[in-house]
Amino acid sequence: MSPLRELYQEVILDHSKRPRNLRGMPEANRSAIGHNPLCGDRATVYLHVEGDVVRDVSFEGSGCSISTASASMMTDALKGKTVAEAKALFETFHELVTADPSKAATAPAALGKLAVFAGVHEFPMRVKCASLAWHTMKAALDGGDRASTE
Amino acid sequence: MSGTAGTKAAFDVEAIRREFPVLRETVHGKPLVYLDSAASAQKPQAVIDAERQVYERAYSNVHRGVHHLSMLATDAYEQARGKVQRFLGAAESREIVLLRGTTEAVNLVAQSYGRKHVAAGDEVLITGLEHHSNIVPWQLLCEEKGAALKVAPIDDAGEVDMAAFERLLSPRTRIVSVAHVSNALGTVNPVGRMTELGHAAGAVVMIDGAQAAPHLAVDVGAIGCDFYAFSGHKVYGPSGVGALYGRTALLDAMPPWQGGGDMIASVTFERSTWNELPYKFEAGTPNIAGGIALGAAIDWVEKTGLGAIAAHEHDLLEYGTGLLRGVSGLRIVGTAREKAGVLSFVLEGIHPHDAGTILDYEGIAVRTGHHCAQPVMDRYGIPATTRASLACFNTREELDALVRGIGKVQEMFR
Repeated sequence: MSPLRELYQEVILDHSKRPRNLRGMPEANRSAIGHNPLCGDRATVYLHVEGDVVRDVSFEGSGCSISTASASMMTDALKGKTVAEAKALFETFHELVTADPSKAATAPAALGKLAVFAGVHEFPMRVKCASLAWHTMKAALDGGDRASTE
Repeated sequence: MSGTAGTKAAFDVEAIRREFPVLRETVHGKPLVYLDSAASAQKPQAVIDAERQVYERAYSNVHRGVHHLSMLATDAYEQARGKVQRFLGAAESREIVLLRGTTEAVNLVAQSYGRKHVAAGDEVLITGLEHHSNIVPWQLLCEEKGAALKVAPIDDAGEVDMAAFERLLSPRTRIVSVAHVSNALGTVNPVGRMTELGHAAGAVVMIDGAQAAPHLAVDVGAIGCDFYAFSGHKVYGPSGVGALYGRTALLDAMPPWQGGGDMIASVTFERSTWNELPYKFEAGTPNIAGGIALGAAIDWVEKTGLGAIAAHEHDLLEYGTGLLRGVSGLRIVGTAREKAGVLSFVLEGIHPHDAGTILDYEGIAVRTGHHCAQPVMDRYGIPATTRASLACFNTREELDALVRGIGKVQEMFR
């Protein structure tokens, strides 16, 4: 598969065209606004955390296909996870998209479908697109209200 | 270089392309198609050689030593200033301040002229198509002084609403600062008329020429403006060097901006006095080799012929506009009657960054994003555009390649 096809896999294109959980969330008790000053992309991530568990996640915003698909798939992946698991997944995902391709091992099983973002590491200019929603989610869980990819 | 037909016949784009070493590069196995000169132009061999030769044969600090190399470097640097002076049509070389670029020039005028002459309740007028570098320095000034920043809006085509521009001028307007050419849309502003109107209101007028200097002949005398700035890197010269033209009487009355070496006449711990123009505004060791190479870039542009370059680029702009109009799902952003060098567009349902990545895979370099002009994007209700920008070395075949590349982008997202 060409690196371009590796980046724009069907599942990514599907989530970019039909993003899941693209909505506001009045009952959210955690949220943050993320901003990529390089391209102007913005994302707001909402979480409803009950006890230690992420009951619901959603996002609003506009961006390229990579950032939209990443936000969409992140929201799917986080529902039902504990806060600690969500933060751990952030680290694993971040490693996946920034990994040195020459050392690329197989993606950790914890990532599940998110492994499709492995193609991003061939495109260093797009890493921030893939990680914007994740940074924003982490800022929301850490109690910040703003996240920036810079 | 008189008639358009004559200049067109004399313009040998293949010969020009051979002067740009980077055009021999391939990207992802495809020949490089460089359509990002509005961000920064590529350099001809003459400019690369000029900069290298400074370091190989004639480098030293300028305006300081009595030794041979210092004299060679100083002479070459001052010759470059003379070339900038002629390039802009300025009357005297002391009206040319050599700086890092347009951004620094706008900041200089805002901080030196602006802080002295703008007070609470005063106004600064810009337009809706400005680059961030012609917005933020004025915001900083206005915030400090309690002055108001006024913005003349643009219409759907990307032209400044001249009636609104005129209405927004008032006896409180101290400074008008406008782009000669919009970097995001390509619009050529009627800067002569804007200068007249600004002067009639009693304001000084600054023109941001960063996007104009590579594409059209600039004559500050004919425009009548008080300040004019441009950047070397957009006129085939090095980055990190550019120039500010200012009328002598204004520059003379302005306080220094940055303090340091070279800008002083004498220094004691009690008091310092300032050097004569333009050195009063040139604190510290400048970009010496860059300045000399900027002179070489101006020589190169003049040898090639700005008129011939403009005619060639105009042909490409018309050809490219026609091609893009034929692409379904594509909308050109910026359709002013007077345009130079820029084809900005959006593709239905496709974010410009995705377009940029896929075009890059075809070897095509375009800029995607807000082009440091977020208010322009807001005006059109879009986050970003894809921008193909033109230079003397581009060809119709490269625009054909762009359209084929756009086809591949659309195929990916079908």
